[in-house]
Amino acid sequence: MNLHSILSILVFSPLLGIVVLAFLPKQAEKANKLVGFLFTLPALILSLAVYLHYLAGKNLADFSVTHSWIQFQGMNVQEPAFAVPYELGINGFQLLLVVLTAVVATLSAIGAVKFVKKEWKGYFMLFLLLETGMLGVFTAENLILFFIFFEVTLIPTFFLIGKWGYFEKEKAAYSFLIYNGLGSAVLLIVIMILFAKTGTTNIEILRKIMTDPNAHLSGGWKLGLLISLLIAFGVKLPIFPLHSWMLRVHVQAPPSVVMIHSGILLKIGAYGLIRFGMGIFPEQFKTLATLIAVLGVINLLYGAFLAFIQTDFKMVLAYSSISHMGIVLMGMAAMNQAGVQGAIFQVISHGLISALLFFIVGVLYERTDTSLIENLGGMAKGMPIAAGFLLAAGMASLGLPGMSGFVSEFMAFMGLFKTMPWLAAIGTIGIIMTAAYVLRAILGMTFGKAQREFTGVLDLKGVEYVPIVVLVLLIVLIGVYPSVLSSPLHATLETILLGLGG
Amino acid sequence: MSPETISSINWSIMTPEFIILGVTALLVVFDLFMPNSLNRKILGWVGIAAIFAALVSVALMAGGPVRSILDNTFRLDSFAIAFKMLLLLGAALVMFLAVSYEAKEGLEKYRGEFYYLFLIALSGAMLMTSSGDLITLYIGLELLSVSSYVLAGIQKDNLKSNESAMKYVINGSISTAIILFGMSYVYGLTGTTNTLDIAQKLSTLSDGNQVYLLSLAFLMILVGLAFKLSAAPFHMWAPDVYQGAPTPVTAFLSVVSKTGGFVIVIRILLTVFGAAATNGPNSMPIILHMQNYIAVIAGATMIIGNVVALRQTDIKRMFAYSSIAHAGYLLVAVTSLSANMFYSIWFYLLAYLFMNLGAFAVIQLVTEKAGSTKIADFAGLYRRSPVLAVSMGILLISLAGFPGTAGFIGKLNIFIGTFYGTTPHYVLASVMIATTVVSYFYYFGVMAQMFFRPAAEDSKFNIPFGILIVLIVAVIGSVLFGLVPNIAFNYMHNNLDIIGDFFK
Repeated sequence: MNLHSILSILVFSPLLGIVVLAFLPKQAEKANKLVGFLFTLPALILSLAVYLHYLAGKNLADFSVTHSWIQFQGMNVQEPAFAVPYELGINGFQLLLVVLTAVVATLSAIGAVKFVKKEWKGYFMLFLLLETGMLGVFTAENLILFFIFFEVTLIPTFFLIGKWGYFEKEKAAYSFLIYNGLGSAVLLIVIMILFAKTGTTNIEILRKIMTDPNAHLSGGWKLGLLISLLIAFGVKLPIFPLHSWMLRVHVQAPPSVVMIHSGILLKIGAYGLIRFGMGIFPEQFKTLATLIAVLGVINLLYGAFLAFIQTDFKMVLAYSSISHMGIVLMGMAAMNQAGVQGAIFQVISHGLISALLFFIVGVLYERTDTSLIENLGGMAKGMPIAAGFLLAAGMASLGLPGMSGFVSEFMAFMGLFKTMPWLAAIGTIGIIMTAAYVLRAILGMTFGKAQREFTGVLDLKGVEYVPIVVLVLLIVLIGVYPSVLSSPLHATLETILLGLGG
Repeated sequence: MSPETISSINWSIMTPEFIILGVTALLVVFDLFMPNSLNRKILGWVGIAAIFAALVSVALMAGGPVRSILDNTFRLDSFAIAFKMLLLLGAALVMFLAVSYEAKEGLEKYRGEFYYLFLIALSGAMLMTSSGDLITLYIGLELLSVSSYVLAGIQKDNLKSNESAMKYVINGSISTAIILFGMSYVYGLTGTTNTLDIAQKLSTLSDGNQVYLLSLAFLMILVGLAFKLSAAPFHMWAPDVYQGAPTPVTAFLSVVSKTGGFVIVIRILLTVFGAAATNGPNSMPIILHMQNYIAVIAGATMIIGNVVALRQTDIKRMFAYSSIAHAGYLLVAVTSLSANMFYSIWFYLLAYLFMNLGAFAVIQLVTEKAGSTKIADFAGLYRRSPVLAVSMGILLISLAGFPGTAGFIGKLNIFIGTFYGTTPHYVLASVMIATTVVSYFYYFGVMAQMFFRPAAEDSKFNIPFGILIVLIVAVIGSVLFGLVPNIAFNYMHNNLDIIGDFFK
């Protein structure tokens, strides 16, 4: 196969599934589910193939592809038309996120097979569109293309929440749409200003232009643009106080969608901040570093404290996501090898852990119609296996050594202690709080006071094992052998740190 | 004029206009002599055929040199060809809507008028694209306006329709009068009505008083045109007229009439005021000084259109405000005053034509069936007719400007324009994007009705042939020009040198 076409096939393969689904009758439940699941596989296989290709020592640049696409008329008659090409490419960081997306998408499709109770055809059509959008976001090499894929994720998510969610689904769908719509609006303004001032939207070229001291833009402009980026991606990440929409989504959306949402969509914010914020505006990022670290600490503590007082396990997880994203911010703000690496590790690790936790929540909700900690008390008696995995997921989440969460937190904190020891010290309170809320919630559910009888065949069965086992294995793999992540990241990190001047 | 001169005129460049006018005359005669029992739909199909013939003849003329006849009052340049294509395409789709229109309130009696008034209005708009003279411009405008007034009130027994037509006539005539008043200043200062002669005379203008008068003329014309475009604060007539008029007429007003309005904006503002120097020859033209006025109107139009649309419960009123909002986006393109402007306005109008006419096709079908125009009537449409709901969904996404659709590329193109140039309009760009986000609320509100809510009744839809055609064209157009917009851009670049031709 031609290497250049692999990325395009990878990104657009889910769309083929939409075409196939369109010809299936609505009522054919099994066929719809099967097709929906099967068409997440090409992206998974191809992304793993790219990963293996990389491990074999080949160059990832072989995969990049460029075609001419849109030419807009210039502003004067003489001026050449300014062009937006179709450019896909991949580096180590992007590779990891593409693999993460493909893995979580496939597992979420399995989740959907279990949890979605109606209109499978529509669900899987939207789901596959969403997957294409996410894969595109992580492989786009120019900002306009990035933005297009970014927006493409918005519409299917709106419908997936609004149609298949729980009681207050429409409200959740609307707040998702409006918050993220505003975020992308700010992002579009940044992109357009960059485009207008430099005539290109290619990320690599922009990086070179903007880090050049004789740049087209003054320092003030760049700072303004970076702050706008921080707001745009801050909605997605989400940074306190732009987070309220995300709580609603986590509670109201169906579990298989939350797996995607918490596992990948939130990561687009981190990806954008690292790749564009840090990559294109390194000097200004330094200026803002303290602010970003403070925001990170606020996120970490705020999320952890509020997670502690929640009675609904879903809310615990939602606040826990906010808290964990704080660590990403802190790692970034450290701006050294350990910090940035920790941030990226946290992005991947949290993607896997939250997908795992929300899958288990889905399983519990399906059987008991509740996600209240109190009502689930004593589940270890009736569903020992599920309780065991829940405990394992909790351990990963609180950062037990040997699991992915530990490596990420350790490195992020190590980085920050080097540059801003005080903030890092305050941040450690968050780690303690994390242990407290995770243990409170999970022990309350597994060994807490029993409110109901867990009898009958309630425990995990059949296909449910697949996502859980795969995710746990991946989490442990990263925990004990972190170089599966760090070696692809090496080159990317070097480029980013070079821009930061060390 | 002697017979020799008349026959020596190269009338062939008016072929598209002659086809439309000729067929209109035929339809009038047919309508008169056809027995009352015969269905008038056949007249509509003849009209559609005529529009297609005209479209082909326009397409064949693309790429040629600039030609003009009748003392430069009628010119055929790339601008004229490009916008005639839009008008004809839009009119063809409107006619498809019209033949499928099943009105309840005694419209059957006036069915014939319905078709040929569309054609007369169309010929007026076409005349405007080709006018090289203030008089032809004005005649074209009136031809378009007067027939639109009648169309808006064609349901004579419907009180709402009467009221809206009355509002439309009064507002419309006032605005035309104001435009005419502004034009008279221009004529008074230059002594000619030919736009190119005016431009030439004004380019040497240096008298401060004359510049002052000309600025007044500019503002008056701008105000008058704002009425026609339904730009704020002169937009009040639009919601009532859109609501009261039969749906195909509303569709016509929102697309064809609006295209006509922008044609006149570009023709007058650019040729006349783009040439008028403020401080002697080669100084800045007046229009650059007036840019901010246009920007204020554009901003206000976007804000009012989008914000008020939020509160509507009637789908046609909501689309009226949506149409006001889109006029605002288009005015943002006018504000940039660059070469890009022609292309971005043309492309946006093309995109708008597909998405809006497609949406009106669905609206027409749903409101006819429900017998009311409430947004709530769209509840559960996905259950009753997935085809209609999904098509409407795609068109709404395009109207809201999401990627993958022509609406996005159109907005992006306009947006790029605001950031270039010596004075980038950052505020205007921010208003445009903020109001776009506001528009998500009401466009997705319709989506929520269609996909999330249960239906009040379960009856299925029969999609008439005409509506089906419009829907297919609209959805394909919206998606195609969103994914590969260069089909349209390349055609423009290769066949139509709008900028080069415009001032020749």
